[in-house]
Amino acid sequence: MKAANANGAETGPTEDFVTVHVDGVLFGLAIERVHDVFVPSGVTPVPLAPPEIVGLLNLRGRVVTALCLRRRLGMAPAAGGRDEAAGPNDRGMAIGLEQGGETFALIVDGVGEVLKLGGDTRENAPINLDARWRDLTVCVHRLESRLLVILDVDALLNFGARGAEAA
Amino acid sequence: MDDLLREFLTESAEHLDTVDSELVRFEQDPNNETILRNIFRLVHTIKGTCGFLGLPRLEALAHAAETLMGRFRDGMPATSASVTLILATLDRLKAILGDLEASGSEPAGEDVDLISALERMSEGGAAPEPAKPVMPEPEIVLPEPVVRELKPGEVSLEDLEAAFLAAPGPDEADFAAPAPPPPAPAVAAAPAKVEPAKVEPAKVEHAKSEAPAAESEGGPSKVQTIRVNVDTLEHLMTMVSELVLTRNQLLEIARRHEDSAYKVPLQRLSHVTAELQEGVMKTRMQPIGNAWQKLPRVVRDLSAELGKQIELVMQGAETELDRQVLEVIKDPLTHMVRNSADHGLESTAQRVAAGKPARGTIRLSAFHEGGTITIEISDDGKGLDLAAIRRKAVERNLAAAADIDRMTDAQVAKFIFHAGFSTAAAVTSVSGRGVGMDVVKTNIETIGGVIDIATQAGKGTVFTIKIPLTLAIVAALIVRAGEQRFALPQVAVLELVRVGAGAQAVEHINGSPVLRLRERLLPIVSLTGLLGAETAVEATGFVVVAQVGRQRFGILVDEVFHTEEIVVKPMSAKLRHIPLFAGNTILGDGAVVLIVDPNGVANQVAAGVQSAAGQAEAEAAEAEATEATTTLLVFKGGHGGFKAVPLSLVTRLEEIDSEKVEHLGGRPLIQYRGRLMPLVPADDGIVIRSEGKQALVVFSDGERAMGLVVDEIVDIVEERLDIEIAADRSDLIGSAVLRGRATDIINIAHFLPMAYDDWARGPRKARKAAATLLLVDDSAFFRDMLSPVLKAAGFQVVTAVGADEALALLQADQRIGVVVTDLEMPGRSGFDLVAAMRASGGALAGMPVIGLSGAIGADALARARSLAITDLVAKFDRSGLVAALGEIEASAEDALAEAA
Repeated sequence: MKAANANGAETGPTEDFVTVHVDGVLFGLAIERVHDVFVPSGVTPVPLAPPEIVGLLNLRGRVVTALCLRRRLGMAPAAGGRDEAAGPNDRGMAIGLEQGGETFALIVDGVGEVLKLGGDTRENAPINLDARWRDLTVCVHRLESRLLVILDVDALLNFGARGAEAA
Repeated sequence: MDDLLREFLTESAEHLDTVDSELVRFEQDPNNETILRNIFRLVHTIKGTCGFLGLPRLEALAHAAETLMGRFRDGMPATSASVTLILATLDRLKAILGDLEASGSEPAGEDVDLISALERMSEGGAAPEPAKPVMPEPEIVLPEPVVRELKPGEVSLEDLEAAFLAAPGPDEADFAAPAPPPPAPAVAAAPAKVEPAKVEPAKVEHAKSEAPAAESEGGPSKVQTIRVNVDTLEHLMTMVSELVLTRNQLLEIARRHEDSAYKVPLQRLSHVTAELQEGVMKTRMQPIGNAWQKLPRVVRDLSAELGKQIELVMQGAETELDRQVLEVIKDPLTHMVRNSADHGLESTAQRVAAGKPARGTIRLSAFHEGGTITIEISDDGKGLDLAAIRRKAVERNLAAAADIDRMTDAQVAKFIFHAGFSTAAAVTSVSGRGVGMDVVKTNIETIGGVIDIATQAGKGTVFTIKIPLTLAIVAALIVRAGEQRFALPQVAVLELVRVGAGAQAVEHINGSPVLRLRERLLPIVSLTGLLGAETAVEATGFVVVAQVGRQRFGILVDEVFHTEEIVVKPMSAKLRHIPLFAGNTILGDGAVVLIVDPNGVANQVAAGVQSAAGQAEAEAAEAEATEATTTLLVFKGGHGGFKAVPLSLVTRLEEIDSEKVEHLGGRPLIQYRGRLMPLVPADDGIVIRSEGKQALVVFSDGERAMGLVVDEIVDIVEERLDIEIAADRSDLIGSAVLRGRATDIINIAHFLPMAYDDWARGPRKARKAAATLLLVDDSAFFRDMLSPVLKAAGFQVVTAVGADEALALLQADQRIGVVVTDLEMPGRSGFDLVAAMRASGGALAGMPVIGLSGAIGADALARARSLAITDLVAKFDRSGLVAALGEIEASAEDALAEAA
């Protein structure tokens, strides 16, 4: 990671990303879109809601809609019996995102450090990527030891009830 | 200047509205000086401000109107014509103000017509007035002309001028907020100085008549008022809501720590918060009279337009309610008053003929009742024409004729809330287009209100609207269902009943839970069931008895905690489509809970979709409401498989004691209603129970009845059917997906012969021919069900949904050789169709027709014979139908052979 940082410092304009991981895959979110990083607690499940939505939670007096990145990306439920539906409360971290005046909490397995990345490691999303992922991916950064998938926050939050059903 | 202009626009609009209604009052009570003075003052204020702002057109108009009103004050009688003229002037003023608001500048144009009419009118009065001809002057500076023309007049006006000038308003445009100061206090106070003796009573009256004009301030007229941006208030409200939540959280913590030193300050915080909340709520409150302000004018205009004498009585105008609520009901109220005037009240001639006073009355009243406000709009007109509504409802297919006959008058009256529903014989410009009442209902329901109708022929109609006082904070019952807590708005809750172990039990009719509540049956839904979870069969917990509109139902929950004032927060945009939730809130302990929407639950109760396992079904049910659906009885056959039969074929559902089953000649029978009824298992997997209860589905045809033995009756569902035909089993029509479960649709025709041998028809003659057959049936289910059967029997099938479509098809398609028609159809029946065919001559006159009928009676047979209907077949008798078709073909071939 340090190397990546160093790289970024050398190559002119850089962008900052908050890194999160789900199932060992590293994702990046543009730092200006991230309002909060917190431990989700007291999630109230919403019956009949689209599957991506874990529930509602209270973030300092605001009601926030929590959505699960794992389910949004169509990834397999967490291993080790930690099924989301069973216990959304004992899991991971949440990233506070905002869209259209509404706050959302993106539930992830864990949050990593903030990376400063330049254009030299940037690649377009590979064309063989799953369609669902491709729609949500801005680009991929080649880090030293692994890949960082940069997610499009607006696309991530852009799912209606209908879209969710179809997916 | 911009701010100033905006202030002027808002204020003038309010003033004009007040003048509108005051003028109508004045017309009825021409001797009331107070009203006149009030009107005069308001118009004068508008004129003065226009002059100051450099709006010559407005000013000239206002001036001319003022002059005429000055004549009234001098004793000229206020005739209807002159009031109409002034009202027309006010309309023009409003139009100009509207343009001004849109464009920011006074629109070009001439008002010579009105001005000269006004002048003529005022000259036509008594003595000529000195100061009329000023109007076309473009740049009138306020003090000059006003003083000049009015000084000779009244003392009080002079004072008014003085007050107007002395006030700090228009000239100091820079501190714009309170710009043209509300002149009310000044007016009320000023005369007191000059004419202390005379003014005392007038002052009081002033204060009174001022109240409605005080619009958004809502306060008493003596208090200094400022205009506050609505957004500011909204923000304040949100902040207070947060404060309430925080306080609730603190209270919750304090409850857990007994010895807390915070207790006393917390108590104070609690009080202060409560007071603050109340205060802020008050700023949002407005008298309902604000929404009524336009009505006197509306009624007056209508009265002229329709040639009816109408009196509008308003009671409880001071009743306050939330601004937000007020906005929503404003237009519906206006609409309903228009409706009452146009539809409700008879013409004067009719009224006199009916022995009623010639003048019709529309009464508006508002009052508080618990946490709700009740508004009644009543007229003493002819009442709703329920017979016409019944007719119309059948015509428009809103309900079956039989159902409508059973409905109460109140239920029938509610049809007027259907979109596009109008019984008006003639469409007038006022109403009768069937637009509106549905919108009225929707508007009222969006704010959690309900609307009800009571009507009495010849006596009139009363609409009752109940709406919550406010939308932001509601009292709610916190309940638990399954693992989760929910909030149920208390407005909808009537009472709580404990059910289950040791208390009253929930009973089931065919799987639908009901509760006996004071000699009445209450339908029950389980909240967990509604939310998609499996419900336990044994219901224990509480039933929350709720009422939405006239619908009363029970919501089964596991536990009831307490009531709490909750702040309603809107649902996330991603979740707003779920009809069961009205919003969410944060409870005292910081947890987010969902607020259950009683309206949504009521809809689900009515739709009977409790077993729907998720939103997909709920949505599907919604979408299908517009399509033709079939009601099916779902039961369990052997090995737990689901089976269904159209409910229309079922005569009764029974549960019998197994001991009563007897065996005669190896066949199971029971004594049923004084006869022996054979029992037939629904499939091979079912064994008639030897003990306990046995569920039966009874089918009957005329005198005969058969009991179909089923394992368990599950549900009644109403769905659009897509049947996939089962190829090789005669006991099944096919299978379909009902409620997400694969379900076999059984063929009753298969079972009837098993009960009675002679129910079986003659041997089926399979013939191959590509004759075209027209199938006429109003029920999509039967069309779907029979088409494949007929196709399998070798026919090209064309379908029609009614007699008219059938006739059109018959004319157009020469290939059709046989008609199979349902005899019982809404509108033109099958008999009518055949009669029309026979009458039309040509090929149609002799075309073979098979009639399908649910019950074949003697008279139907006679009628069929007279129309030369080839054969009558019971609707569910698939093989009978095929046999009858076979015979027709055989005879056709014979005839052909003979001819050859």
